[in-house]
Amino acid sequence: MTQANPMLEMRGVGKWFGNFCALYDINLDVRPGERMVVCGPSGSGKSTMIRCINRLEEHQAGQIVLDGVELTEDTKNIEQIRRKVGMVFQHFNLFPHLTVLRNLTLGPMRNFKVPEKEARETALHYLERVRIAEQASKYPSELSGGQQQRVAIARALCMKPKLMLFDEPTSALDPEMISGVLDVMVELASEGMTMMCVTHEMGFAKEVADTMVFMDEGEIVEVGPPDEFFGNPKSDRAKLFLSQILSHH
Amino acid sequence: MDYAAQSEAAQAERTPPARKSTLLTRKSPLIDIAQFAVFVVAVIWLTLAGAQSMDYNWQWYRVDRYLYRVIDGEFILGPLLQGLVVTLEITLFSMILTLTISLVTALLRLSGSVSGRLIATVYLEAIRNTPLLVQLFLFYFVLAPILGIDRFWAGVLCLAFFEGSFGAEIIRAGLQSVPRGQYEAGDAIGLNRLDRLRYIILPQAVPLILPPMTGLIISLIKHSAIVSVIAVAELTTQGLNIISETFMAFEIWFTVAAIYLAITVSLSFFVSWLERGAKWGR
Ligand SMILES: Nc1ncnc2c1ncn2[C@@H]1O[C@H](COP(=O)(O)OP(=O)(O)O)[C@@H](O)[C@H]1O
Ligand SMILES: [Mg+2]
Repeated sequence: MTQANPMLEMRGVGKWFGNFCALYDINLDVRPGERMVVCGPSGSGKSTMIRCINRLEEHQAGQIVLDGVELTEDTKNIEQIRRKVGMVFQHFNLFPHLTVLRNLTLGPMRNFKVPEKEARETALHYLERVRIAEQASKYPSELSGGQQQRVAIARALCMKPKLMLFDEPTSALDPEMISGVLDVMVELASEGMTMMCVTHEMGFAKEVADTMVFMDEGEIVEVGPPDEFFGNPKSDRAKLFLSQILSHH
Repeated sequence: MDYAAQSEAAQAERTPPARKSTLLTRKSPLIDIAQFAVFVVAVIWLTLAGAQSMDYNWQWYRVDRYLYRVIDGEFILGPLLQGLVVTLEITLFSMILTLTISLVTALLRLSGSVSGRLIATVYLEAIRNTPLLVQLFLFYFVLAPILGIDRFWAGVLCLAFFEGSFGAEIIRAGLQSVPRGQYEAGDAIGLNRLDRLRYIILPQAVPLILPPMTGLIISLIKHSAIVSVIAVAELTTQGLNIISETFMAFEIWFTVAAIYLAITVSLSFFVSWLERGAKWGR
């Protein structure tokens, strides 16, 4: 089966904090339009891996190639790559001093010199899509956690990213807020967005993932389609992890 | 299902109980004012008693001509108000320089550049561990001739570098108290470093920086008196000159102090007004 060039290639990526190895020999391809869900025990390196992709952490070994461009030391190169990658954080990280609308228009206006009027239109369009257009003039602190996370998703989308990274986007939310955020993510997936999600929402994973990635101790232990991963995990570590995470469902 | 709208409606029905009056209770501002009045009366009484015991000849009626004069219906600044103008000029120029030096030094201290951090650290340690008076002499007698600047600018530069060393730490603390997630979110949307600083970090750091920075600017105004030793014709210099001619030490020093107090207090009020404006305007 021949395929288009991968959107993201990770080749032998390694990352150390001092002497502690947080990522070791990570090899991963993400096709355009692919929905990848990453899971694994706490401290297994999931966040570190996706934070390396937009250089919030610097990898020390291997290569990361995004849309044909390798991530290097060069500041301009890093900025270019970050502008193609949207990131949604566990704790939203909205800018508290700016209105929702300004949170969304800042990136496009500063990075791409989009005129204000156009940036506002784009922002309102994405706010509409995450179903909070009526909150545009509020400040983040006036919104619920779920609403803030949807604003954060819209903020990332306003940059028209080629790849969206999610780092446990629902872990900091009250239970009743989770489904609103997951709905938005499912919709995004159905529109063909290339996504890489770290999440423990296994229902979501089964619904949207093309590929499951299981990590442990800084390594990728298993990669495969969700049916296989959930139905018939190969490694003992994945079996243990799944039994723990699914035991309450 | 809109919980927010529901709870807003429920909230509207539940009015809070009326607040109790705070007048004359323990927290009343009247008590503060009364305490302050007692203190002021005590200070005045002490001064008068001291002056009387040394047979001081009060001549307040002679003071106003050193503030201003009206000749042929024309208003003329007296030496004290002329000195005030110079003090304000020194303050304005050195304030602008102080803020610039503070920001640059703070950024150097936080930068990844080894030489930048080294330069900043050497500057901070040198300024903080030598007396201001010695620095002023260095600026005036050594650097001014080399750079070809006059006494006014020697004073301004010296003050700016002195206060800048404290301002740098204020700004650094402010920048560091902005959560890491804000830096990361700025990075994640691809802002360059300058935009990240300008649109995300500084707006959040400034409310934290403003109160201690106001204190610093007030110190700057007060420290500007020290340039009288290199005979810049500012407020304190004018006071010294008048006293050497008239021997009205008490009257003139009280007047000079009152003028400094007037500017520093108005500055404080101005800044707290700004801060409140910033909170409401947000
Ligand atoms: N900035 C850091 N400094 C030192 N160690 C870190 C840092 N960030 C993460 N680590 C360590 O790296 C490992 C992987 O962390 P992380 O990627 O956050 O795991 P996960 O997201 O899978 O829970 C953990 O052991 C963590 O303690
Ligand atoms: Mg994590």
